[in-house]
Amino acid sequence: MQLPDAEALCADLVRRLRGAAGPETGMVGIHTGGTWLAERLHRELGLALPLGALDISFYRDDYRKSGLHKSVRASKVPFDVNGRHLLLVDDVLYTGRTVRAAMNELFDYGRPESITLVALVDRGERQLPICAQYAGTTFAVPRGKMLRLDRDGAGRLALRLDDA
Amino acid sequence: MAPDGSRCAWTMRNPQLNDKGELQHLLTLEGLPREIIVRILDTASSFLGVTEREVKKVPLLRGVSVFNLFFENSTRTRTTFEIAAKRLSADVINLNINTSSTAKGETLLDTVDNLSAMHADMFVVRHAQSGAAHMIARHVASHLHVINAGDGRHAHPTQGLLDAYTIRHYKKDFGALVVAIVGDILHSRVARSLIHVLNILGTPEVRVIGPQTLLPTGVESLGVRVFHDMRKGLAGADVVVMLRLQNERMRGPLLPSAQEFFKYYGLTPEKLALAKPDAIVMHPGPMNRGVEIDSAVADGTQSVILPQVTFGIAVRMAVMSILGGN
Repeated sequence: MQLPDAEALCADLVRRLRGAAGPETGMVGIHTGGTWLAERLHRELGLALPLGALDISFYRDDYRKSGLHKSVRASKVPFDVNGRHLLLVDDVLYTGRTVRAAMNELFDYGRPESITLVALVDRGERQLPICAQYAGTTFAVPRGKMLRLDRDGAGRLALRLDDA
Repeated sequence: MAPDGSRCAWTMRNPQLNDKGELQHLLTLEGLPREIIVRILDTASSFLGVTEREVKKVPLLRGVSVFNLFFENSTRTRTTFEIAAKRLSADVINLNINTSSTAKGETLLDTVDNLSAMHADMFVVRHAQSGAAHMIARHVASHLHVINAGDGRHAHPTQGLLDAYTIRHYKKDFGALVVAIVGDILHSRVARSLIHVLNILGTPEVRVIGPQTLLPTGVESLGVRVFHDMRKGLAGADVVVMLRLQNERMRGPLLPSAQEFFKYYGLTPEKLALAKPDAIVMHPGPMNRGVEIDSAVADGTQSVILPQVTFGIAVRMAVMSILGGN
């Protein structure tokens, strides 16, 4: 199966986001693939504020069912989110549950003026009323598969299809 | 034993782990798999940042009821468990058992049954009797979790974990460390838990320093080097852990006097200078200034006694959130 070209999607997102990101815009990536994409977008857009990163393990809605995630990294939002326009970045948008958890976590840092969702790929099949204002592409993933983002040693991004 | 050997398998199993090998209770660090300890320490480091935000809470334990059962007085440990549970959004109920039903003659297990009937999810237990938390853990229904917050002279696992966290924070790697634990080892569950966790994490040299009367017989079997001369024991140490003199647990005279103890085993700047120049000084609290530690050391640049308290809350959050999800 031909997967979308992550590098081309990323370049396209940079073009489209140029008008949307001002000097005061904050950017936050969601671990792990989202932070890779966010690092790239943050650099190419030349954003002034340092990049934030969220590990949403403490906000997951399946904690009671599945327990705490085995490896939790520290979330870090190195700027004041109060009153700020935020770009929230993830690699693959699917059920919407991760984005809901990320928004809940962001509001524990303060009250942003707005949150704009950016995703490299929207694979559909949403379970919550959430949509990405900026999606690199839409791509239907076959049943039983997971779409993941990889980053190689040279920093190049590529999509990969795994068994779920 | 059953013909299929099932009873044998049951008795061999670590009572802290569920049938998937996950942590169900935290009773002691002895025999705990290294990966579980490392996971607790890693998770704790992710909780540290939570307390620096506008909202110092995460929603993990919403709707979970944590009962603090303190059969022995402790303001500090109870408070840190309470703060940890509240920062995880749990409901916390503190029971001061000294003034409650136990004083009227109710047994420990009857107390626990009554609280279970009130839909407790987690018990944090401190008791003067070694093994009390184990007994409760064996007794309760399988969805309940028990954390030992100190049982007699036996164990104080969250203290051992926060000590290990503190050492890892300042020294990074356990692989080349000399850790010296000084003072009343005999009555100290803190020392026992720390020795176990340091061994599990691969610390090459753990020393215990104290007078013969305050060292348990056969302490060498825990894998430690014994020193009676503090100056020799401190030489080259990376970490110095001072223990409180546990006067309340002493039966009969084990020491001539507090002054005499300070002279031989109190940590002064002059004795600390025998350790490595970058050695850190730890103390589980509460401190007796002028008995086991000089104020100049307790308040000095090498002291990490207050960071220990901060790390302790993150470590207890990690333990509760891992147990609560298993």
